[in-house]
Amino acid sequence: MSHRLDTDSTQMGELDTTRRGQAIDLKAVRSKLRENVPQVWRSLDEVSDTAEFKKYLHREFPSNASEWLDPVGRRSFLKLMSASMALAGVTACTVQPQELIVPYVRQPEEEIPGKPLYFATAITQGGAATGLLVESHEGRPTKIEGNPDHPASRGATDLFAQGSVLTLYDPDRSQTILQLGDVRPWNAAIAAIRGGLSAQSASKGAGLRILTETVASPTLAAQIQQVLVTYPEAKWIQWEPVNRDNARAGARTALGRYVEPLYDLTRADVILSLDADFLSSDGALNLYYMRQFATRRRVEENADNLNRLYVVESDYTPTGGRADNRLPLKSSQIEAFSRAVAAGVGASGVSGTAPSEAAAFASAVAKDLSEHKGRAVVIAGDSQPPAVHAIAHAINAAIGAPVSYVPTAEIVPSEQNAALRELVADINASKVQMLVIVGESNPVYSAPADLKFEDAIKRVGLVVHSGLFFDETATYSHWHIPAAHYLEAWSDARTIDGTVSIVQPLIQPLYGGKSPHEVIATMTDRPERNGYDVVREYWQSAAAAFGRSGETGSSTRQAAPTRSAQPVSPKPGSEGTAGEGGFEKSWRKWLHDGVIAGSAPQAGAAAATVAPDVATRVAQAGAPIEGIEINFRRDPTIYDGRYANNGWLQELPKPMSKLTWDTAAHIAPKTAEDHDLENGDLITIEHEGRTIEAPVFVMPGHAKDSVTITVGYGRSRAGRLGTDTGYNAYELRGSTAPFFGAAKILKTGEEYDLAVTQEHWAIEGRNLIRSATLEEFKKNPAFVKEMEHAKEGKRISLYPDKEYRGQQWGMSIDMNACTGCMACVIACVAENNIPVVGKVQVKTNREMHWLRIDRYFAGNPESPDAYMQPLPCQQCENAPCEVVCPVAATTHSAEGLNDMVYNRCVGTRYCSNNCPWKVRRFNFLLYQDWNTPTFKLQRNPDVTVRSRGVMEKCTYCVQRINAARIQAKREDTPQQPRLIRDGEVVTACQAVCPAEAIVFGDINDPNSRVAKLKASPRNYTMLEDLNTRPRTTYLAAVKNQNPDPALHNNPMVGHHGSTTHEASEGGGH
Amino acid sequence: MADPNLHRPMALQQTPVILPGHDFETVTETIAEIPLARRFPLGWVGFILVSLALLGALHMALGYLVMKGIGIFGTNQPVGWAFPIINFVWWIGIGHAGTLISAILMLFKQQWRMSIARFAEAMTIFAVACAAIFPVFHTGRPWLAAYWLFPYPNAMGLWPQFKSPLIWDVFAVSTYATVSVVFWYVGLIPDLATLRDRATSKIKARIYGMVALGWRGSARHWHRYEVASLILAGLSTPLVLSVHTVVSFDFAVSVIPGWHATIFPPYFVAGAIYSGFAMVLTLAIPVRRFYGMESLITMRHIDNMAKVMLATGLIVGYGYSMEAFFAWYSANPHEQFMIYNRMFGQYAWSYWTLISINVVMVQFLWLKRVRQNVGLLFVMSLIVNVGMWLERFVIVVTSLANDFVPSSWAHYTPTFWDYLLYAGTFGLFLTAFLLFLRFVPMISIFEVKTLLPQAKVEAEH
Repeated sequence: MSHRLDTDSTQMGELDTTRRGQAIDLKAVRSKLRENVPQVWRSLDEVSDTAEFKKYLHREFPSNASEWLDPVGRRSFLKLMSASMALAGVTACTVQPQELIVPYVRQPEEEIPGKPLYFATAITQGGAATGLLVESHEGRPTKIEGNPDHPASRGATDLFAQGSVLTLYDPDRSQTILQLGDVRPWNAAIAAIRGGLSAQSASKGAGLRILTETVASPTLAAQIQQVLVTYPEAKWIQWEPVNRDNARAGARTALGRYVEPLYDLTRADVILSLDADFLSSDGALNLYYMRQFATRRRVEENADNLNRLYVVESDYTPTGGRADNRLPLKSSQIEAFSRAVAAGVGASGVSGTAPSEAAAFASAVAKDLSEHKGRAVVIAGDSQPPAVHAIAHAINAAIGAPVSYVPTAEIVPSEQNAALRELVADINASKVQMLVIVGESNPVYSAPADLKFEDAIKRVGLVVHSGLFFDETATYSHWHIPAAHYLEAWSDARTIDGTVSIVQPLIQPLYGGKSPHEVIATMTDRPERNGYDVVREYWQSAAAAFGRSGETGSSTRQAAPTRSAQPVSPKPGSEGTAGEGGFEKSWRKWLHDGVIAGSAPQAGAAAATVAPDVATRVAQAGAPIEGIEINFRRDPTIYDGRYANNGWLQELPKPMSKLTWDTAAHIAPKTAEDHDLENGDLITIEHEGRTIEAPVFVMPGHAKDSVTITVGYGRSRAGRLGTDTGYNAYELRGSTAPFFGAAKILKTGEEYDLAVTQEHWAIEGRNLIRSATLEEFKKNPAFVKEMEHAKEGKRISLYPDKEYRGQQWGMSIDMNACTGCMACVIACVAENNIPVVGKVQVKTNREMHWLRIDRYFAGNPESPDAYMQPLPCQQCENAPCEVVCPVAATTHSAEGLNDMVYNRCVGTRYCSNNCPWKVRRFNFLLYQDWNTPTFKLQRNPDVTVRSRGVMEKCTYCVQRINAARIQAKREDTPQQPRLIRDGEVVTACQAVCPAEAIVFGDINDPNSRVAKLKASPRNYTMLEDLNTRPRTTYLAAVKNQNPDPALHNNPMVGHHGSTTHEASEGGGH
Repeated sequence: MADPNLHRPMALQQTPVILPGHDFETVTETIAEIPLARRFPLGWVGFILVSLALLGALHMALGYLVMKGIGIFGTNQPVGWAFPIINFVWWIGIGHAGTLISAILMLFKQQWRMSIARFAEAMTIFAVACAAIFPVFHTGRPWLAAYWLFPYPNAMGLWPQFKSPLIWDVFAVSTYATVSVVFWYVGLIPDLATLRDRATSKIKARIYGMVALGWRGSARHWHRYEVASLILAGLSTPLVLSVHTVVSFDFAVSVIPGWHATIFPPYFVAGAIYSGFAMVLTLAIPVRRFYGMESLITMRHIDNMAKVMLATGLIVGYGYSMEAFFAWYSANPHEQFMIYNRMFGQYAWSYWTLISINVVMVQFLWLKRVRQNVGLLFVMSLIVNVGMWLERFVIVVTSLANDFVPSSWAHYTPTFWDYLLYAGTFGLFLTAFLLFLRFVPMISIFEVKTLLPQAKVEAEH
């Protein structure tokens, strides 16, 4: 593997793609070689491909060995392995294995061993891209950061991008091209695809189908369209299990075209979300909206800056948690609600009445929206039917909402479920002979249950599958081609506002994976092209086309489906695009910046107006569901199941339920009472004649008579971590009601263990969380001080105060901005080499996350407020952990940090016991995977990999502080002393936060951002009366509730004793 | 010394500390014949087999522990200390009775101590040995904890952190163990010489001769002996108070509600003596029966020990009430929640069980009838040991499981290995104790002789 690691000077991208074997002086072998060139071969046996060799190969590689497929054999193998590891541990002072180290013969450009390089690239998910900067240590991508220049990122990332780097190194990834289980070379796969295609050429591809995920790559779309030009009768189906069909269809209903509404939340004083989790999971612009939203939650300069968010939703989502007024409502009733609001604001003839329990809310919302014309926005959720989207568009038009319509990020928008249904119908009608499946949509596992995709796929003569894993779909395919991870392959990707990024690889494919471009290329007249050439050539011709036509950009981005293969034209840099040299310059700039400047459409490029007859178009009202309603949602951490084998994401607590490693059926406390259910009770859910079992999770604030379950669990072929974890909701989900439908639930009487990281959800009337209404805040901006129950300034200590002459660090966390999206937690995991402990250990409360987000519910359990509190180490000045450590393994640094000395720690756990915040984490067992070689590549070399028996905790990313200090010291002169500048150290959690809720810096410098925030009247310290003087402080939440007495408002929290003991209600042990 | 019953009314007359009928010879005979016997009593063999099995379990538990890590226990976040620390405090507490009997009662010239002091002290040593296992092996890296906690000069110039109560613990417990062993051994020397002299086989004479360190019973020897035991008693006396005070600092010095309490030192010391006397009773009652020692360990001893239990039990009960009072009087919501949680939280059963044992049941000891009922006392002493274990469980676990930040609240459940290690220390304790009973005079021969009327006559010459 080493050659793959040391050669990639990836920064500008000329990757040496393959190494070919040398010819041998044997005729037969030579001919074999000619037709069958393996990249590298080891023996003549291999080349001649004898049966013995195949057998040998099969036994040789553990990934193919039959023991791995046999669970019992695998288990005993693992046992043996662990026993020998344990014995190796017993002997302790073993001789290290002899390893030869070859230094760089030529130093790769810009590579300084020990210093990371950052490369711009992009991740595509859900049909839109997020720009990234990837940290690379000596050719190994280790950590993902957001690209500040990318509009969908602005330096932040979501949790999937953070987790994706672990998938890259997943040892369970598919590693070989397989034909019905036999290892085959790449050119055999090409030959098979070409063979399949030639059989199709007579019928012009009538039997050919290409199934991809939502494609946001202009190059890939152009490639597929090129195939479709050759085979005009073939069809291309874009399909993902959690798609945006409703939003697309709704836009077409209201606006006549597939367009994306782009809201300007910075200009919105009032926002209504109709089941839209736009801050966390709906759509693809969560990061963009979260940043915009957060700017309107800051009240330091102007209290009237505070916006007001209404959320009407069935499940409790992070967006609902940010709501000032929230109404739990069954998904099927939200349409009626939206009609009532539309009628209330006078939106072009839409009429209707809200369900009785929501009437007051609807009229209050309608009144508020009408009063804020031009400064209010309505957002419909992707799980709501097209009518709700159309009504939302109509309301937005009526109130003059700050929304612009842009072309969709996917190159060819479509309605995906209909396309998949058509595909299955075609297969069943024996019209399909060849099916090429590219990407992670995994239809055998995730397709709607009523389509019976796994039966249909068996009827196709040739199924070629390319994916990262040998998954459920791969088992039904004749050919499986391992896919290259996005960090291993060249591509490009468009984001919602139209900006395109070039996706550049950070590393050679670890397992010889092929990118979608390379797989699709096999179907064109030049089958053996590598991704780099394809992508570069596309952009070269795009630039050239631009040079000829001088167009400004989005000429071909029609909203309606199109088969146009015309490329998207980039706007050239100032250097122009003339000639190869000019292109090379632009290309390098695009790669460097991570965005193609000017590729976004100009304002108004997709100007759309709501059709005047929208009311008649949505006249047919959806019927509300009587009885129990089932909702299917994307999983907050493992997406649609594609991250099922990603330990970081599996162990990341779901934002609202704090559940790990499982999905659960969320139900309201009232529904739980009605059906006599508790957390962990197994229920049977029946929907459209199908049934599954699932454990119950009682979610306060969930709509009554409604069940929400997330998809993505219960996979049968995900890998060692993901296989057989949880229950599969796809088995229940049909194609006609993909997001909600009628259901019945039945208690089975059995129980199931749920591993939840926060078992207790009530604040117990403590002042850990403090909040006020906007009126209270205006009256008394320093309301947090009154919630303190110790006298201020009473800071006695036996020891003299430490003086900090240089710099000392501190952190401020804004609870008004935080949505609890969990990106900071997984960023911390990635940065600090935090191990995955597994469900059983989480169940015993031994998760290792250094940073957690505490989620509390307050008020009425049927409709509570939610508060999110990120809790890293508080880095106390009078740290209670330091004085109790008997071996001085946790000490105070000269800059005020509370350092952990892993080498010195003997593991008494006294420090953790004495920590009032319980932020310390202990390696109860050997949690870190010390054996899997690929995981070794992933780790951050600047952070110690901890072993068994050692305490650990948040360090304020001390490795980043030290890196900045080295830089500062290099520039430090006696004439001009140079300290670390404000903003030079950005902790991992701070960097990733889309809401910019976390600010870190020097609190000795009164002009630093953190010092200014700490001077805010909202600033408070948790547990101040303990006099530990934490360096992490919080900014209290200010809520802008609608004071209308008809609405239910929960009391604010933070006054001691103001809330009763909710222990009995909110306990939940 | 005059008979204490001489001038008392019948009702208040006490059983003497040695029953009539004994002379120098019979005392020596009764006690020394046990270690010198050729045969192993059948009951003893049965007990030691069980004890050895438990000792094997201890080795298994420790072996697996070192191999896998302390994750085999139920300890978690936030309950970072649980069974091991509870067991540590419990065993250390038990040891206190032995030291109290041999040191404090000696200084106060309480004659009744003489016939129980020897095996109470043995109990102390074995209990401290059991206790010492836990703080070392409950750490994440015991192979380092075993010596990094001691201040030893090293090349890196690293010292322990003297602010930490765990370091005070190391000094307190190691001092305690050392002094106890020395005190016990010094007290054994004259009796070992007796065994040497009475030994019937050469091997026995050799071994006892070696450990008797050449004791010849000369007046100079006796003089040195008296001085040494007085000094050691003086050294041990503060340890009775200091060791458990320091152990209580492990909790009291922290900031956790339920731990951070000024009443802890006296409350812990009283609890230690209370549980220690319960353990002495647990051991003494079957031993005097089994070895027919009723004439040397009389009802007077039993009665006195029950009275000490009553007195210390009342102090412990006062401690409980003060904890609740402080919580209420502090007006601190965290303190108030702590006591509320103990009474009505997830571990309420443990709190009410311990209250019913240590506050309610102990009141029956006011009744002489109860104190004189050996069988009942035996059962009660066992229950008191359970109660005192639960007290530490309540302090350690409930305080940690629900502290300041409700998001971290959790439940702690012990595992098989928690129980096995605890049971294993019983193996160590019982094995050591049974070996002690078999090979060492369990009652101090020469001291008991001073209780005989003959001794007094000679002394008055």
